[in-house]
Amino acid sequence: MVASNIEVWQHATVVETSEIATGIRRIVLEPNRPVKADPGTHLDLMVTIDGRPERRSYSIVDASPDGRRVALSVFRTPASRGGSIAMHALQVGDVLEVTQPLQNFPLRHGAPRYLLLAGGVGITAIVAMARALARVKAEFTLVYAGRSRAAMAYLAELEAELGDRIRIHVDDEGTTMSVAGLVEQIAEDTEVYMCGPIRLMDAVRRAWNDRGLPPQQLRYETFGASGWFDPQEFTVRIPRLGVETVVPKGRSMLEALEEAGVDMMFDCRRGECGLCEVRVLDLAGDVDHRDVFYSDRQKEARAKMCCCVSRAVSATDAPAVVSIEVS
Amino acid sequence: MTDTMPARQTSTTHKVMPHPLNAWYVAAWDHEVTRTPMSRRIADRPLALYRTEDGRAVALADACWHRLAPLSMGKVVGRDGIQCPYHGIVYDSLGRCVSMPAQETINPSATVPSFPVVERYRYVWVWLGDPALADPDLVPDMHQMDDPAWAGDGLTIHAKCNFQLVLDNLMDLTHEEFVHTSSIGQEELSESEFIVSHDERTVTVERWMLGIDAPPFWLKNIRDKFPDFSGKVDRWQIIHFEAPSTICIDVGVAKAGTGAPEGDRSQGVNGYVMNTITPETDRTSHYFWAFMRNYRLESQLITTQLRQGVTRVFGEDEVMLQAQQEAIDANPDYEFYNLNIDAGGMWARRIIERMLAAEGRSARMAPAAPASSMTPVRRTGA
Repeated sequence: MVASNIEVWQHATVVETSEIATGIRRIVLEPNRPVKADPGTHLDLMVTIDGRPERRSYSIVDASPDGRRVALSVFRTPASRGGSIAMHALQVGDVLEVTQPLQNFPLRHGAPRYLLLAGGVGITAIVAMARALARVKAEFTLVYAGRSRAAMAYLAELEAELGDRIRIHVDDEGTTMSVAGLVEQIAEDTEVYMCGPIRLMDAVRRAWNDRGLPPQQLRYETFGASGWFDPQEFTVRIPRLGVETVVPKGRSMLEALEEAGVDMMFDCRRGECGLCEVRVLDLAGDVDHRDVFYSDRQKEARAKMCCCVSRAVSATDAPAVVSIEVS
Repeated sequence: MTDTMPARQTSTTHKVMPHPLNAWYVAAWDHEVTRTPMSRRIADRPLALYRTEDGRAVALADACWHRLAPLSMGKVVGRDGIQCPYHGIVYDSLGRCVSMPAQETINPSATVPSFPVVERYRYVWVWLGDPALADPDLVPDMHQMDDPAWAGDGLTIHAKCNFQLVLDNLMDLTHEEFVHTSSIGQEELSESEFIVSHDERTVTVERWMLGIDAPPFWLKNIRDKFPDFSGKVDRWQIIHFEAPSTICIDVGVAKAGTGAPEGDRSQGVNGYVMNTITPETDRTSHYFWAFMRNYRLESQLITTQLRQGVTRVFGEDEVMLQAQQEAIDANPDYEFYNLNIDAGGMWARRIIERMLAAEGRSARMAPAAPASSMTPVRRTGA
């Protein structure tokens, strides 16, 4: 597992785009400086949203062995921040700025057994792992959960390729996955690789920790795109700086503060590193923690937020208001 | 001559070569890897090597995920972990962060590359290429290293040359006449016939010199077994190359005319020169060697004498190899030419070229400072 996180930017041409499941488009790119894409890798790319260049991360679903053709799949979220809308609008022949494959989610070879867990469009990070493990005849199961079969990308291919190594849970067929039941049955030497909505991943992480399983055997990736609540518009204030701005549904608090002219510190922009931490001074509403930086205890305290992904939400008609202090 | 003339596309254009990555390389002698982490650059990658509590050897990239401090300067913790000496981040033997002291959670991206390791034949072998291909059965055969029928020992040379030059050196032993004049050299080496054969992963070069005087090194050895010996010997050198960089040489002498060429070596002494070359950088190599013998197994004196004797002989090679690498670098406009005596080395080069091709890589060494139109940059959002 030789991970590379050196960003080499290049141009990539869209050579195919098609709807492969409800709301999910498969987009095939031909980068001009191809390199091999290992399972677990993603691309970062620049999309234009409201005239602004924005950076987004997408898992590499599959790629030719030489990396000359790279496929992504993008779910157009109802609460899109704009990235998925722009990606769905791509046409064959469009040229994007993309990185060479980046690796934050390497698949380790040689584990006694594996469980791959995909929720919804999280399958995009898992497909290549399933195929790699099948190729080396590793002991593994893919658990794939979704709202409906029509919304589950790559379902037919994976069922055909993996046979009894795949287990399907479909909400509208009444076979919704039980996280407790799943984690209870995991053998102690299992390595788990999961990608999906943060509710699913938080639930698995809690059940995992409750069982006392080794935390390093639970591998996951998140791009901070999902939360416990649908995004709402809210107001953020920084009393010390006299700043007050509205965070629209499609923007992050970090982006809104940057646009308001606040000099913000940040790094990963996906809720992992904790550098964009803000201190909560006052809160009308609740915090939708979408990061993986804080522990449950810290999230419960609502004293700090990772403003790159986390949001304020309101249970009433009045929008939430959060007052913060920044570093 | 241009690149468009395929007939000229032989390995002759590649004076030195990149190393295949899908291969096992020796990272260290077994005794070197302990509970105190050590650092060694293998195939251009700095590794931290240590052992777990239950004695398993571990190879991690020698740079902490956080700020790239060398893990090899840290200490082992717990059953199989290693702690970064700088900010205390702990990784397990698979390179996964298990403790991030300054926060309540662990960053899910926090891993350092971990490389497959096999311990065999008194060596710790590592695989730096595609881990899915890391089949322990591909470890080259060096069984004489720990077979009870053999005794001996060896050392490591830090050779200041590309690994391919060491392979060339070992695949053509006519150089012994000129480089090793006082020990194993003799003019019959250049004068005798040799036979080369190969398959997909191996090359063999066999040379017999019949009815000759034993050179000083071999006269001493045969007298260790037959103290009263005098007279002519039949001498053999059978070079076994196994890709990408292991060469075990079956060497020996027997009393002349006692049937050694036909397979009866009872009237002689037999050694195996075990060599496995690990690229360190494009211009330096870790050259692990040992001299094993299958007679007088009980004698530590002979083990020590042979190790010291071969150390002197290989010291002569080391001087030549470094001088050759310097001459290659100082004369970039000159090509290699090849002779009939290079057949063994040329087959080894061809096998290595095919391994590189299978990895989608060229046998041409990248220029020292690659020109790049798009340099690595760190981009941060809008």
